[in-house]
Amino acid sequence: MRDACKPKGHSHECDCGRECMAIADGRAVIDLDLSSERPMHYTTLNCAVRKAMRQGCGSIEIRGVIGQRYLAATASVPGLHITVHGTPGNDLGAFLNGPTIEVFGNAQDMTGNTMNAGRIIVHGNAWDVTGLAARGGQILVKGDTGYRVGIHMKEFGDVRPTLVIGGTAKDHLGEYMAGGTALVLGMGGEGVPVGRNLGAGMHGGRIFVRGEVPPDRLGPGAALAPVLPSDTREIMALLDDFERAFSVKPPRSMDGYVKVVPSSSRPFSGYYDKTSV
Amino acid sequence: MSEGAGAGKRLDHRLPERFVPTIDHDLCRACQRCVKDCSYQALEFRGSRVVPAGGCVACGRCIAVCPANCIEVRPVPPQFAPHGNWSERARRAILAQASSGGVLLSSCGADDDRPAIFDDLLLDAAQVTNPSIDPLREPVETVTYLGRRPGRLEVQDGRVVVREGDTPLIRLDMPLMFGHISLGSISYNAQKALFMAAKELNIVAGSGEGGLHPDLYEYADRICSEVASGRFGIKPEYLKEVAAVEIKIGQGAKPGHGGHLPGEKVTAMISETRMIPLGTDALSPYPHHDVYSIEDLAQLISVLKEATEYRTPVGVKIAAVHNVGAIASGVVRAGADFLTVDGFKGGTGAAPRVIRDHAGLPIEVAISAVDQRLVREGLRNRVTVCAGGGVRSSADMIKALALGADVVMVSTAALIAMGCRVCQQCHRGLCSWGIATQRDDLVARLDPYIASARVVHLFHAWNEELKEVLGAMGIDSVESLVGNRDRLRYRGPNPKIAEVMGVKHIGEGWG
Repeated sequence: MRDACKPKGHSHECDCGRECMAIADGRAVIDLDLSSERPMHYTTLNCAVRKAMRQGCGSIEIRGVIGQRYLAATASVPGLHITVHGTPGNDLGAFLNGPTIEVFGNAQDMTGNTMNAGRIIVHGNAWDVTGLAARGGQILVKGDTGYRVGIHMKEFGDVRPTLVIGGTAKDHLGEYMAGGTALVLGMGGEGVPVGRNLGAGMHGGRIFVRGEVPPDRLGPGAALAPVLPSDTREIMALLDDFERAFSVKPPRSMDGYVKVVPSSSRPFSGYYDKTSV
Repeated sequence: MSEGAGAGKRLDHRLPERFVPTIDHDLCRACQRCVKDCSYQALEFRGSRVVPAGGCVACGRCIAVCPANCIEVRPVPPQFAPHGNWSERARRAILAQASSGGVLLSSCGADDDRPAIFDDLLLDAAQVTNPSIDPLREPVETVTYLGRRPGRLEVQDGRVVVREGDTPLIRLDMPLMFGHISLGSISYNAQKALFMAAKELNIVAGSGEGGLHPDLYEYADRICSEVASGRFGIKPEYLKEVAAVEIKIGQGAKPGHGGHLPGEKVTAMISETRMIPLGTDALSPYPHHDVYSIEDLAQLISVLKEATEYRTPVGVKIAAVHNVGAIASGVVRAGADFLTVDGFKGGTGAAPRVIRDHAGLPIEVAISAVDQRLVREGLRNRVTVCAGGGVRSSADMIKALALGADVVMVSTAALIAMGCRVCQQCHRGLCSWGIATQRDDLVARLDPYIASARVVHLFHAWNEELKEVLGAMGIDSVESLVGNRDRLRYRGPNPKIAEVMGVKHIGEGWG
């Protein structure tokens, strides 16, 4: 029993039936354009989403999203499909733990922040720090991503986060990476599809890039490695995921992939002196 | 950061010993218990005698386990020609780094002999004009609440209505919390002991950023879980089932620095709890890469509140740095329900010595800077201020409260209660007391039930001492002591310190 002087869950309790939400046959539709609260505050929207989840909805469709942040944070219902039309705000699907979020539009920063499980599909671009510290699950971005994407992704046992970027990524992709897989397809663009400082300080995981990666794009601690047959299988499976999500046929040729791996799983061994002075 | 960022080949150079275990062979029964227990292998059995083998760190384990009471650990007298400027330590550091090319690593808090400002503060007591209170016979309240306060009372129909804030308040039976010490930096048994003690004392204990072992969720309602830059172990229950969530921006022992749990401490249990591959270094980035501004911090606070459905207070811990007042103001405005300030002398399981010993602000000054700033800006009554970093005794705790902290954070003192001797070798992972180690045979030495009972004893005693002082001051509730700098006087060497802390000099009265 929590020893608090006030009961939990006392505020921000949704007061809907709001006019904007309709639930039928386990499907919820939240249309922000129908709400009297315009623009709808993120607390109200998230509250409505939680209410739909509590009522056991298998799908939630949100229309008219204009920058509302923190959508579906810690959503944990397995099999739940959340569809977002519009432009969700920062931290979409933070700490996500099972559901699928599909965005018809662009996502902003920190999409899938520290996600655990589930899938985020963005039919557009997803900007900075996408997939920060992801521990599991999958993020698929049809278009481009910004800076510091996929940093400090982790993995443990079979739980391995994956990130597929159809277009390009900017600087610091996969910085501090401790696990997981990032795949950059560079579709629709020319030149090097990744920015500078690629994989800086990575000590686990792997980054696949379709295209040339000049060595000066690599950050400290990152190294190029040959693409092995097991890597090809992993890339193929990710391409399948990408194709299924976006109904776009990505190039299937396994030529021209570059693999970036950590030069050591112990980047700091030898860096410190433990002498007692 | 690249491999061998040290400087390549190690050039060996023998440094003099710092401590030597001395055996009284007239009393020694040659049972070799000390040899067996010394995880630093500083004792060996040669011929028929136990003899020193070098590398003693003065952890005191041999003394404690010797049945004949025949061991004394002696500091080795100066081995270098005396020099007023070139201390032995300065020369040892140079010799070590000239051998390794490495960054000197250290643990526990800054160990230099700069005096604590706490020792320069004297407490007031009641005489004649305000009666003192006998805490053994009259109630003296030490209950404190952690979280965002409504800021003001409202009266409706002649009755006080408590307006609810965003998040609930957490009751602490004493103005104390255990700081964040991760599973990884300390052992499972040590962390379990802290959590058990927190439950018994009805306070909260920090989880550190190593995630929470599944078995330890039993204590979740007394745990403050930590969201730090490494984001280790964060899953929905880590945020939702705990008493409070704290975003760690900085740590007093290493402000501006990240975390680094060396691969040899990343055992199967640690890798599972942190969800990282076995044996890799567990690195926490220096900054949070989603927090580059106060506005970004506001977002991280908000997403955690959304994630926990506003059922858990969300706090922010910052290291005490020179601009701490303004930063604290920003943190409170960003929506933190509580603010933790960690001072210069705070502990660590591993930090570069140069940062530990040279960066940051003493907690005494930081608390009063934060308290005064928040008062001036009209924010102080909305937020709980926690502070720690070098709090060694109930007296330090009481002075920290009077300087302006609502809750005092202690860590090292709790570890000492369990057996830690502050030998400052945590980063080597060989702790002979089973506290700062992941080696199974060493961890097994720490009985969490006994360790927890010792911690409970210690802080129960501190709380009684707090009541004694409150009573002597004529104060019947700890909340009336918080920020009551008028009950302190400064008697140290530098009155400017008193001035910036808002504390009067000794000899100055109230009028």
